[in-house]
Amino acid sequence: MIDPSVFQLVCFYAFAAVTVVAALGVITLRNSVHAVLSLVLTFFSTACIWLLAEAEFLAIALIVVYVGAVMVLFLFVVMMLDIKQEHLREGFIRYLPVGIVVAVVMLVEMLALIGVRTMHEAVMGANPATAAGLSNTQWLGQALYTQFLLPFEIAALILTVGVVAAVALTLRHRGGTRHQTAAQQVAVKATDRVRIVKMAAERPATDAPAQTQNPETKP
Amino acid sequence: MITLSHFIVLGAVLFCIAVASLFINRKNVIVLLMSIELMLLAVNINFVAFSRFLGDVAGQVFVFFILTVAAAETAIGLAILVLLFRNRSTINIAEIDSMKG
Repeated sequence: MIDPSVFQLVCFYAFAAVTVVAALGVITLRNSVHAVLSLVLTFFSTACIWLLAEAEFLAIALIVVYVGAVMVLFLFVVMMLDIKQEHLREGFIRYLPVGIVVAVVMLVEMLALIGVRTMHEAVMGANPATAAGLSNTQWLGQALYTQFLLPFEIAALILTVGVVAAVALTLRHRGGTRHQTAAQQVAVKATDRVRIVKMAAERPATDAPAQTQNPETKP
Repeated sequence: MITLSHFIVLGAVLFCIAVASLFINRKNVIVLLMSIELMLLAVNINFVAFSRFLGDVAGQVFVFFILTVAAAETAIGLAILVLLFRNRSTINIAEIDSMKG
């Protein structure tokens, strides 16, 4: 029988390995579509790691929002744009050593800062949400709708601004096409379409049409 | 047993991969946008881990807000990218230099 905490650790290492390998794929793959798909895998395995940290709501939100919406948007854009890949790869080999050196130096610095050994004592304690008798979603929601209500509303506003900005940026008016102007159509009045003229009724003379129709017959 | 440093080291590794990507993919705007997403993800991992280990809900609320802002940022960034490609028919950063002094 395997110990649950050991099993958790094995799961963590497996998901972390998949995350790192997929992230390396994102930055090295030649084909942009493959890079996007690799990023999807990164997000997915990160969501699994968040599940291990018992942040269930955020894990599902990451999959729904990122994998479901943002990455699909990326895929659409990558497939829509007709990109020549060769040009974009220039300098890859040239800057590879610089990139690796900077990344490794940064990683070493961060690990030194974190102090891996001293933090090993910080073992995962009881889940604070379960301790309060709530699920993770309830725990998060109670904070979100009381303590963080104003930031929550502002986040909604930011999303609205994002939608409007994205549409306004990519909206294209082609020349030569005929459009309806909805505002003018709505604002139209009956008097713009029909003019009612009041005039007295009159009877035309009986011989008048014959005169006007063929005047040449009369010498 | 999973400790706090496990999560933080994973976040640091992801962040460094994203920084390396800024150096080696200097020409491709799409990959640069994706490496920004990777950086945000690394930060989010740290937030989730600290929230869990310190028992504070604020960390997870912040991850929520970061996801929101990052989604809006990606949408606008990709819209600008589409516009750029429509006008210049390239996404090579080296060729987008009309604002160079």
